[in-house]
Amino acid sequence: MKKSIEDILKECRELAFDLKFTRSRNWLKENPKGVVVGYMPIYFPREVIHAAGGLPVAIFGGGDRKEIIKGDAYYQSYICHIPRSIMELALDKHLDHMSGFIFPSICDVIRNLSGIFRQQKIGKFVKYMDFPQNFMPSIGGVFYQQEMQHVMDYVTELTGKKVTNEDMNKSIALYNTNRSLIEKIYDIRQEFPWRLSITDVYHIVRAGTVIPVEEHNAILEDVVEYMSGNVGIPQDKIKVVISGAFCEQPAVGLIRAIEDAGCYVVDDDYMLGSRMILGDIASYTSNGLEAIANSYIKQSQYSSSIYDVDDPKEHRLAKIVKKRGADGVIFASASFCDPSLLDAPIFQNAFNKMGIRYIAFQFSENINQYKVIKEQVGTFSDSIKLWEGEPA
Amino acid sequence: MEAQKERSMILQKEMVSGLFNELGRAKETGRKVCYTFVPGNLSELIRTFDLLPVYPEINALQSAMRKKSAGYIKEAEKNAHSEDVCTYVKCDVGMMMKGNFGPTGEKIPEPDILLLSYTGCFTFLKWFETLKRLYPNAEVIMIHTPYQEAGKMTPEMTQYMVRQFREEVIPKMEKVTGIKYDEEKLKYHLNLAKEAQDWIAKIFETTKHKPSPIDAYFAGVYYIGPINIGFRGTPEAVEYYKALYEEIMERVRLGLGPITPEGEMKEEKYRLVVEGPPNWTSFREFWKLFYDMGAVIVASSYTKVGGVYDLGWRHDSTRPLESLSEYCMNCYTNLNIPQRIDLLSKCITEYSADGYVTNSIKSCNSFSAGQLGMMREIEDRLEIPVGFIESDLVDPRYFSYSNIKNRLESFFQMLEQRKKIVKTETV
Ligand code: SF4
Ligand code: SF4
Repeated sequence: MKKSIEDILKECRELAFDLKFTRSRNWLKENPKGVVVGYMPIYFPREVIHAAGGLPVAIFGGGDRKEIIKGDAYYQSYICHIPRSIMELALDKHLDHMSGFIFPSICDVIRNLSGIFRQQKIGKFVKYMDFPQNFMPSIGGVFYQQEMQHVMDYVTELTGKKVTNEDMNKSIALYNTNRSLIEKIYDIRQEFPWRLSITDVYHIVRAGTVIPVEEHNAILEDVVEYMSGNVGIPQDKIKVVISGAFCEQPAVGLIRAIEDAGCYVVDDDYMLGSRMILGDIASYTSNGLEAIANSYIKQSQYSSSIYDVDDPKEHRLAKIVKKRGADGVIFASASFCDPSLLDAPIFQNAFNKMGIRYIAFQFSENINQYKVIKEQVGTFSDSIKLWEGEPA
Repeated sequence: MEAQKERSMILQKEMVSGLFNELGRAKETGRKVCYTFVPGNLSELIRTFDLLPVYPEINALQSAMRKKSAGYIKEAEKNAHSEDVCTYVKCDVGMMMKGNFGPTGEKIPEPDILLLSYTGCFTFLKWFETLKRLYPNAEVIMIHTPYQEAGKMTPEMTQYMVRQFREEVIPKMEKVTGIKYDEEKLKYHLNLAKEAQDWIAKIFETTKHKPSPIDAYFAGVYYIGPINIGFRGTPEAVEYYKALYEEIMERVRLGLGPITPEGEMKEEKYRLVVEGPPNWTSFREFWKLFYDMGAVIVASSYTKVGGVYDLGWRHDSTRPLESLSEYCMNCYTNLNIPQRIDLLSKCITEYSADGYVTNSIKSCNSFSAGQLGMMREIEDRLEIPVGFIESDLVDPRYFSYSNIKNRLESFFQMLEQRKKIVKTETV
């Protein structure tokens, strides 16, 4: 029997914040030869682990659901919150079923956290994944393939699986489906944001980072089907794009508060990694790693961790705003998040010139009091509604 | 002795003012200007293309020493820069917004090239994204240095860098300067770089002597000046380091301790290793807190940001591009945390340090993230007293004299007690 949307949403809510990572623990029992590999934000090509017989699981920290006791001893107060909550999860054995950990090159904090994991000998392998900042397929692309191969080797050494090209293509195709279904949800919401709240979308997409892709695709198909019907009641809200919250995640209460305060969020970078590659990756080639490398080089979303000299990020965000028909942008940065905060002046100076309206605030994953932010967002929404009424 | 001491200082002064003069005349002389960073600086290649280097971090730290950084930071913060990010960036951006007059008062010419060698810190990348928007006509040359994540440099990593040099960096430099790449010229500079590095390594090894003839942190930052601001690979740098070494060895012969701003340190009571950059806004006061207590720094990680030479690595002219690549990968902040711990432990052991101090910089994640874990490991491994203080590089708001003093006093008490215990045990 098909699950109801309520059941799906409930399941995703639980999965998204299951800090014990129960589904992956059960998966391991079902697949005794498999391995679970944890990866940190932002983006990691999960296809590689999937093809090698592993289950990739995203680690987004403890949010507002994990009290920090030991983690603070590792991080000064002026470092963002996520590394201390990841340490807390590790030291409290929430991650003890994971065989390895991948730290994508996103910032110095995550980079150095990889060293702390190494030093503490957490997991059977620790890999800091250096994404290329050179965008020539023959240089950066080749280097990236080597980096992916290292991960593949770590995993296959544990699974004993020999990865064929067919395996790679199959995995690529599954994640292509995953990304296109997520995009479909965003596309529907662009026009009909009332059909499913951003909080529900967030839970659904985040749930996908801790369960097998096959299961997530099935959930997404049901959600897309549900959203294709004429459901929900439109409300008088402005449309906004959220930018800057790509790593440490705001508490769900804050995500909800933004919509409650009068803003339909029609695009965001909360779960950037699940949407990093724009469009499909070639799933019919004789070299899957090369196909993934090319997709990263040629068709990835902008990010604060990728040097953007040839394709300035302010123009890319402006394009998203236009495409989604958004009225403005909310810059939400985790406190002390250098990549996000250092990008803020670039965006804001450009948007001042382009006439794109925005507000900016900072959050921390463990803070669940957001009265001030809610008021700020409410005022933003009201003022845009007022401007709309004025002659251009 | 006194005359010799002055010689190295005079040589350094000449080098620095020479560079600023040349920068001031760059427009007239038609020399192209290249903005770049200290860690992973490609001095030898920059010289091969006859470029004039500008180091934004050096401008920032000098602005701080001349008490100008607060105003610059404020200017940047007025323009949407957050309070919580690297203050070097804000100081630099603020300085540009105020006309780009360098610390010496001379206007710094605009860059023809933004050479982003991007070693060991992501902020560099963000910094140059900001500069690119301020200087849209500058050619951006990016060289991505892979991180020593597994504690080693692999042939793959070197190959990746060499290909970037061959196919991107060098062709772009040729295009902007109109000068053809001359590998013989590069080799010439690499040989001189190696020579300077040999001297530098010897200089920092003199702290093995008791008393240590130098302070390897507070004075060390002056010693690394020439090698970090574009003179590595020149005969002038070799001459400077040779002169400096001779002066230091003379101090060793005479059994003298380090020179402080208030004269010679009379009694060496504690030997320390320091991790983290210094504070620049109150540099003198900061230093005084140590020398007043008879504490001398026998090794510091900060003097290794522009290259780690202690472990034997040198530029090698027989493998010019490979050598440039390895140099970049081998800077301190490009080492992984276990490597950093090993390096510091080695310094503590080999230089017979009594204690280990972390100066945690509020706005520098590249250094600060992980420092507490490192400190704990060093404490466990070597069973020595560890101290922890916090400040900032160039933002005076984050230098609290009394906080630092209190913490250091407790630390020195701990060292004193330890010394007594060790003494009793030995007896
Ligand atoms: S929140 Fe920002 S600074 Fe912190 S780990 Fe993530 S990207 Fe790095
Ligand atoms: S974050 Fe630290 S290493 Fe990076 S530029 Fe700033 S001061 Fe330098």
